Amino acid sequence: MHIGLVHFLIVSALLFSLGLYGVITRRNAVLVLMGIELILNSANINFIAFARYGGLQMDGQAIAVFVIVLAAAEAAIALAIVLNIYHRFHTVNVDDISKLKE
Amino acid sequence: MTQELLVRLALIVLFAPLVSFVVLVFIGKKLSRQGDWYGTSMLAICLALAVTILYYKLNVFPEPVSYSFTWVDFGIVPVLGSLQVVLGLTIDNLSAIMMVVVCLVSALVHLFSIGYMHGDVRYSRYFAYLGLFTFSMLMIVLTSNFFTMYVGWELVGLSSYLLIGHWYEKTSAADASKKAFIVNRVGDVGMFIGIMILYFTFHTFGFREIFAGIAGGTVPFGSQCWLTAAGILIFCGAVGKSAQFPLHVWLPDAMEGPTPVSALIHAATMVAAGVYLIARTFPMMTADALMVIAYIGAITAFISATIAVAQNDIKKVLAYSTISQLGYMVMGLGVGAFTAGFFHLVTHAMFKAGLFLGSGSVIHAMHTALHHKHDHHTDAQDIRNMGGLRKKLPVTFAAFLVYTLAISGVPLTSGFLSKDSILSGTLAFGSLTGHYLIPIIGFFVAGLTAFYMFRLVILTFAGTHAEPGREEHLHESPWTMTLPLIIFAVLSIFIFYAPNPVDPAGGWFAHAVERPDSAVPAAWQAAGPAAFEEAHHAAHLPAMALSLAMAALGILAAFLTYYWKKISADAWASRLSGLHKFLLNKWYFDELYGAVVVGGTLALTRVLRWFDTYIVDGLVNGVASWTYASVFGYSARAREKRVSAIAFLLVGVAVALLVGFWVGQWFWLQGSIGKSVTFGILSFLLTVYFFWAGAGGFDHYIVDGMVNGVGYFSGFFGILLQKLQTGKVQTYLAYVIAGVMILFYFLR
Amino acid sequence: MNYFDIIFCFFAVVTVVSAGIVVFSRNIIYSAFSLLFTFFGVAGLYVLLNADFIAVAQILIYVGGILVLLLFGVMLTNKVVSVDLKTGTMQTFPASVLTALLAGALCGIFYITDWRTVEQVRDIGTTTNSLGELFMTTYVLPFEVASVVLLVALVGAAVVARKEKSHHLSSTPR
Repeated sequence: MHIGLVHFLIVSALLFSLGLYGVITRRNAVLVLMGIELILNSANINFIAFARYGGLQMDGQAIAVFVIVLAAAEAAIALAIVLNIYHRFHTVNVDDISKLKE
Repeated sequence: MTQELLVRLALIVLFAPLVSFVVLVFIGKKLSRQGDWYGTSMLAICLALAVTILYYKLNVFPEPVSYSFTWVDFGIVPVLGSLQVVLGLTIDNLSAIMMVVVCLVSALVHLFSIGYMHGDVRYSRYFAYLGLFTFSMLMIVLTSNFFTMYVGWELVGLSSYLLIGHWYEKTSAADASKKAFIVNRVGDVGMFIGIMILYFTFHTFGFREIFAGIAGGTVPFGSQCWLTAAGILIFCGAVGKSAQFPLHVWLPDAMEGPTPVSALIHAATMVAAGVYLIARTFPMMTADALMVIAYIGAITAFISATIAVAQNDIKKVLAYSTISQLGYMVMGLGVGAFTAGFFHLVTHAMFKAGLFLGSGSVIHAMHTALHHKHDHHTDAQDIRNMGGLRKKLPVTFAAFLVYTLAISGVPLTSGFLSKDSILSGTLAFGSLTGHYLIPIIGFFVAGLTAFYMFRLVILTFAGTHAEPGREEHLHESPWTMTLPLIIFAVLSIFIFYAPNPVDPAGGWFAHAVERPDSAVPAAWQAAGPAAFEEAHHAAHLPAMALSLAMAALGILAAFLTYYWKKISADAWASRLSGLHKFLLNKWYFDELYGAVVVGGTLALTRVLRWFDTYIVDGLVNGVASWTYASVFGYSARAREKRVSAIAFLLVGVAVALLVGFWVGQWFWLQGSIGKSVTFGILSFLLTVYFFWAGAGGFDHYIVDGMVNGVGYFSGFFGILLQKLQTGKVQTYLAYVIAGVMILFYFLR
Repeated sequence: MNYFDIIFCFFAVVTVVSAGIVVFSRNIIYSAFSLLFTFFGVAGLYVLLNADFIAVAQILIYVGGILVLLLFGVMLTNKVVSVDLKTGTMQTFPASVLTALLAGALCGIFYITDWRTVEQVRDIGTTTNSLGELFMTTYVLPFEVASVVLLVALVGAAVVARKEKSHHLSSTPR
């Protein structure tokens, strides 16, 4: 079995699904963030795979760099918010952070 | 003078009184003297024109002059075929003479009324109605067809009603006018049916066309019976209008109207319309019809003459005398003495109008005298309160005497000529057909007539006044009232009708008015003109002798009883008290009609009222209660009205079962047994449910049930779906993913 | 079966299994640390795809930066003292169904699609040079904007995460 583009894509698909599962399912906010990181990583794999096998070539890698940068920025902000929430509500359980609803 | 000019003059004569009516009705009160001069002058013009027309007709145009026009043409109508109504007028000797009579009497009555009705509460309206009446009467006289004759017939009935009820504040006057109209109506129904039979057969209303048709062989429904029936039905109209037995009861009551009205309508013209009708339709009468006519006339003459003997009111005596003389005219026409009957109509018009106007003059004088004495209780019309008036009212007395001589059939008067002709005619009829009862009645009545008329004259004018104190207040009437009396008296002399005082046959009248040929097929005709003339001539001398004898007997009896007072009237009255009472109460005709006709109608109304209350209303109520039951169901109804609810349930279920059975059977026949059984059971259950719960139940349970069910399900699913809304972001994220999946599916 | 394939399999398995542990584990610390292995696995895959610079950058930034950040987050927001770091999950069944469906759909799509692939790639050596050139010429604007974004993120995070004593335990209305 010769490894080709499809296999990388399948890996990325699996990572994406797992990341999504984590986002939907997890109660802890930080774990939700971890799921988001997984999703971003899967997108990155996709880009790189197409950069190698498809028509993207170096552009794919450039985009991947940008994705990493933005992922970092977003993780920072998200965690800052989580910390703030923790200070406020003394919990990071997403179910309990529902002051707006009430 | 051409025929067109003659026709035009006739039209002026016809419509001038109508114009007078319209003018007086609308602006009568505003004219000076309330317009009496206007009405009278219009009638005077009419009279002048009528005389002119008569002169030219007799001397220049021997053939009848007619004018006709198509009033309405419906074209071809289904069932009847071509439908046209052709109207018109005819000027022949009959109508020309009648026209003069009508205009003359009307004009003189107008003149008389100026004096008599002076100060009346509805003066101008009275003259207006007189004009309306004259117009209607002229319409009857001049018409050439049954249609306008019927119209005129009804109009004279209306005018009579209006004029009899002129003083309608008096209950008796209002009742009398209604009685006149209703009794006339009874006769008119018969006439209408007769006209319709003729129209249905001949599809035309015109006299000439119908007679031509009969002569040509067409008879109604092809049978003699129907032709006779048509003739008798037309005669019915004459029975009503000319107050023949049995419809004579209205005429005495009609004396409630003003005396000039009695003179015009109920003596000279309207009542003569019936006789005129018979004269006009003479050619279509079969022998049987003429027999009926003759007998009715004879019976009428007899009954009313006997009643007149016992009456005490001056106008009532004259009224019964009128009925009697009308009977004479009808009898004369019935036996075939056409010229005699019509001759008597004309002469009677003259002296009867004069008699009534004379009585009016007497009553007027009595009223004035009583008013002066402030006596409001004494009856001014009762002859027992009169007497000796010849000294105070000489002109009235002289005229009255002339009239009485004429009516009694004393020679040198016109009445003698006409009455004599009729009596000889009846004698001829008796000799031809063997019906001798008619001449016997005729002569007997002649004697009675002489008796009661002279009784009237003697009691009114001769002797001394009943109340001496009153006499000095009695005065002769003004010239407006005495002039007509004089004119009528003059016209009652024989010279105007025939040169020979004992035989009218040589006169202009006899030449002008000849018996027309009958159009009836020969087998059903009465004796033809030739045969009749012969018998008439033969009977002339015996009849004259007999009539003179009877007249003399009557006059002698009257003088003996009332003038020389040799026979006591009161003694005879008490001896024959039963008879006297019977005669005084007019043979109890009014009581008979009241019990039979009026009572019968009321009984019928009671029956109908029962029907309406119980059956019609019961049906309506039943429907209402059925509707209630069907809406609210048996269960609701049972609480209130068990029986009707049960009935409803049973009926309803039975009907439904029948329908269900029928449809189930249809299914069965189609071979689908299962379907039929299920349908049967289903329909049964459904109907039971429906009838139990009612249509309201349907609404309550099923419709509301559905609505409530929908509401319940909405709630159920709502609560179910409410769980989807968790309020958590991750849930909604899962929904988004699900949406993406769906999108994947659709965009694959 | 050549070396390439074997190595690929290895790294792929590491990545996916670690991701599974991240997602399915009850213990936060386990999740966090297996995330570390996931990142490493991904880096390995990048190397196989001739993206050497990206691989290193991945390890540096993700593992060195983001993972440490996440660990800090975990530590700071949980009562570490009570060692009760278990977390529950919610609505697993619908989520697993959905994600399985999604995965299946994506894999299916990837299999079915007729990719225009370039099998042979010329040996370009390191990618750093070409990446640098790209950033300085074609993608210079996004590059600068990305740096601004980073700055903003930095400042923002600092501001947001500040403990404000005045808002602490705010139950008194202001």
